[in-house]
Amino acid sequence: MTQAVIVARQFDDAEQQRKASDLGMWVFLATEVLFFGGLFTAYIATRLHDPQAFAIASRLTNVTLGSINTGVLLTSSLMMALAVRATKLGSGRAALGFLCATAVLGVAFLGIKFTEYVLDYHDHLVPILDFSHPGPHAGGVENFFYLYFFMTGLHSIHMIVGIVVVTVLAVMTARRRFTPDYFTPVELGGLYWHLVDIVWIFLYPLLYLVSRT
Amino acid sequence: MSTDGPSQGANSAPSGGSAAAKPQAWGDHASNDGPPRGANSAPAGGSAAAKPQARGNDASAGPMPTPRSYLDDGFSLWSWFSSVDHKRIAILYAVSITLFFFTGGVAATLIRLELITPAGDFVSAETYNKLFTMHGVIMVWFFLIPSIPSTFGNFLVPLMIGARDLAFPKLNLLSWYLYIAGGLFTVGALIAGGVDTGWTFYTPFSTMFSNTHVIAAVTGVFVVGFSSILTGLNFIVTIHKMRAPGMTWFRLPLFIWAMYATSIIFVLATPVLAITLFLLAIERFAGVGVFDPALGGDPLLFQHLFWFYSHPAVYVMILPAMGVASEIITCYARKDIFAYRSMAFAVLAIAIIGFLVWGHHMFVSGQSIYAGMVFSILTFLVAIPSAIKVFNWTATLYKGSIHFDAPMLYLLGFVGLFTIGGMTGLFLASLALDVHLHDTYFVIAHFHYIMVGGSVMAFLGAVHFWWPKITGRMYSDRWARFAAIIVFVGFNLTFFPQFLLGYLGMPRRYHEYPPEFQVLNVLSSAGASVLAVGYLLPLFYLFWSLKYGPRAGSNPWRATGLEWQTPSPPPVENFAAIPVVTAPPYQYSAMEIAPQPPRSRSAPAPRERGEGPGEGIPGKDAV
Repeated sequence: MTQAVIVARQFDDAEQQRKASDLGMWVFLATEVLFFGGLFTAYIATRLHDPQAFAIASRLTNVTLGSINTGVLLTSSLMMALAVRATKLGSGRAALGFLCATAVLGVAFLGIKFTEYVLDYHDHLVPILDFSHPGPHAGGVENFFYLYFFMTGLHSIHMIVGIVVVTVLAVMTARRRFTPDYFTPVELGGLYWHLVDIVWIFLYPLLYLVSRT
Repeated sequence: MSTDGPSQGANSAPSGGSAAAKPQAWGDHASNDGPPRGANSAPAGGSAAAKPQARGNDASAGPMPTPRSYLDDGFSLWSWFSSVDHKRIAILYAVSITLFFFTGGVAATLIRLELITPAGDFVSAETYNKLFTMHGVIMVWFFLIPSIPSTFGNFLVPLMIGARDLAFPKLNLLSWYLYIAGGLFTVGALIAGGVDTGWTFYTPFSTMFSNTHVIAAVTGVFVVGFSSILTGLNFIVTIHKMRAPGMTWFRLPLFIWAMYATSIIFVLATPVLAITLFLLAIERFAGVGVFDPALGGDPLLFQHLFWFYSHPAVYVMILPAMGVASEIITCYARKDIFAYRSMAFAVLAIAIIGFLVWGHHMFVSGQSIYAGMVFSILTFLVAIPSAIKVFNWTATLYKGSIHFDAPMLYLLGFVGLFTIGGMTGLFLASLALDVHLHDTYFVIAHFHYIMVGGSVMAFLGAVHFWWPKITGRMYSDRWARFAAIIVFVGFNLTFFPQFLLGYLGMPRRYHEYPPEFQVLNVLSSAGASVLAVGYLLPLFYLFWSLKYGPRAGSNPWRATGLEWQTPSPPPVENFAAIPVVTAPPYQYSAMEIAPQPPRSRSAPAPRERGEGPGEGIPGKDAV
C-alpha cells in the first residue's frame, strides 16, 4: 500500500523534501500577505482622506450577497481542511468528495461575486466603465469602488488559481496519487486556499461593513 | 610536512592538498565521524593516492570515472536554457546581468558626456531625463538587485552549505526567465522611446503627466520583482532545510548569512513594490486611482509604498557585498573572521532595521515632522550594525598576514568606500542637514559610494575570487590587480567631486548647471572614463583565461569552505558525497599555525604550476 515517495535529486529523503515544500509554501504565503498588505495600506490611507465617503460607499455594496459569500467561502475552507485530514488518514474517497465540495463552493463564490459585479454595474458603481454618484463625496466614493473592484478582483484571481489547484488535486486523488506518507500537494493546496479565505475575512468588513451599525 | 595525514609529496601545491583531503572526509561520511572541516581544508592530510590519478588537461580523458563537471553537462544552447542546475542558472544570470550592466553604463556615459559643459548642448532636457531614468531602472533592477544573489548566491549557496542544489531548481530556472521577460519589457519601453520619470516613478508625474512609456517599464519591473521573490524563497528554504550534516547555523559562512538576510528582504519587500506598481499602472491607464491628489488620492502614499520596498532594496544591494567581504578578507588576511557571531547578527539587524527607515527619503516631502524624527533615529540605528561590520573586518586584518591579490584589492576598496558611503548617509539621516542636501549631487555621491563603491566593487571581487571555482581557470593576477586599482581610482575621481558639487548646491537630474560647477563636473566625467576602462579590462583577461588560463585546481586560494573542497569546476552533483561538517567556518588561523608547504607569495602556486596537477582530483578515485 505504501508506495515509495519520489524524492527529487536535490533532497536526501522524503522528509526533507516535505519540510522544504512546506516552508516554501509558508514563505510564499508571506509574500502574498505583503502583496495584499500594500493594498490594505492604500485602503487605509484613502479612507483616512475621506472617511465619510467610505461610509456612504460601503452602504452601496450588496451586503446580503457579500455575507452569503463569506459563508460560502468559510464552508469551502472547512471542506478543504477535511480534505487534508482525509488524505492524511488515507481515505481517498472522502478526500475526493471534500475536494470536489471545495471546488464547487469556490465556483459558487465566484458566481455570486460576478452577480454582485453585474448588479453594481446596473447601479453605476463601476469606475472606469460606468460610474456616477451624486453628492459632495463622489470622488471618495469612486475611490472606494476603485479599491473595492481592485481588491475583490485580485482576490477573485486568487480564487480562480485556487479552484484550478483544487481541481488538479481532486484528479490526483482520484488517481490514488496520495498516501498517508505522501500528501504534500494537498497540504500545500490547503494552505493556499486558507490564505485566500483569510484575505476575504479582512476584505469583507473593510468593504461591506464600514458603516452598517 | 604534515603531521596528521599522509604526505602529499613534494610536488603538491596547497590547492591540491585540500582537494586531496576531500576523499578522506567523504570516505568517513558513512561513519558520521569525519575529520573537522577545518582540518580537511588545511593542506595537511589527504590521500596521496589520488595524486597520480591526475590527468592531463582534459577532464574527460582520465581512465577512472570522474564526476562530470557542470560545464560538460551538455554543450547545446538548449542544454543551458533548460538547465535546472543552480550553477548553470548562475552563469545564465551572470551573462544577462553583465549585458544589462553595460547597457546601463552606456546611459551613464552619455549623462557624464552631457555634464562636461554647463550648457545643455549634447542632449536635450527630455533625452537627459530618459537617460538617467534608463540608467537608474536598469542598474537598480536589472543589475544591482540580482547581481550578487542571482549569480554568486545561486552558484554558492548549495556549495557552501553542502547541498546538491537549491530546494526548488525549477523555480530557480523560472526566476531567470522572469528576469529576462521583465528585462525585455523594460528594454522594449526604452527602445520605443524611453521613460522620463526617474527610476522612482513618482506620482502624479508618472500617472498623469509623463508622455512616455511608463506602463511598459513598470510592467518590466513588476515582472522582474517576481524573479527576486522566487530567488529569495529558494534561498530561505535551502538554507533552512538543506544544510549538510553538522552544518549548524553558526557554522554557516557569513556569505550565507548575508544571502539569508537578503532573501528575507526579497520575500517581504518585493510584493509591496509589485502591488504599488500595479496600482500605478492601472491609475495611469484608467485615470482613476489613489495616488493622484486631483482624484482624491495621495502622492505621499505612493512614496511610502515605493520606499517601503526601495529602501530595503538598498540593503539587498549591500548585504550580499558584505557577505563577499567577509569571505574574501578573512581568506587573504589568513585569519579567522573577527567576532563571527556579531557579524551574523549584524547582517540580520541591518535587514530588519532596514525595513523601518524608508521615511528618510521623504524628509522634505511634507510628511509629519514626528515621523521624520522617528525615521531619522532609526536610520542612525542602522549605522551601528554597519559599523560593527566595518570594525570587525578591520580587526580581522589586524595582525593578519595580508596578501594583496586582486580579490583582496577589490574588497579593501570596498571597505573604504562603503565606510565613506555609510558615513555620508548619516549626514543625510540628519533632518536639518538633509533639507540642504536633499536632491543634490551629495545624495548621488552617497548612494553611488554604497552601490558602486560598495556593491560593484564587491561583485568584481567576488568574480575574481570565485572565477577559478566557477570556470576552473586562473586569470592573470597582474592584470586583475591593475584593473582593481584603475576601478578604485576611477571611482573616487568620478564620485568624490559629486559630494562637493552637492554640498555646494548642485541639484540632481538637470542637464544644465551654473558655470562655477564645471571644474568638478569635468573631474567627475574624466573619472567616469577611467572607471569605464576599469570595468572593461576584466572582460578581456577573464575571457582570455577561459581559453588560455592555467587550470586552477580545486582550491587555489587555500580557502576554507565547502565550495573549495570539490573540484573546479564543480561536478554536476556538487559533491561526490555530501560532506560532514564538524567545525565552524574560517579555520585560517589554525592553517597558518600548522606546518605548510613553502609559499613564496600570496597563493601563487596554481598560476606558476601551469596546467594539470591540481585539477579536478576526483573524489571518487579514493573512495
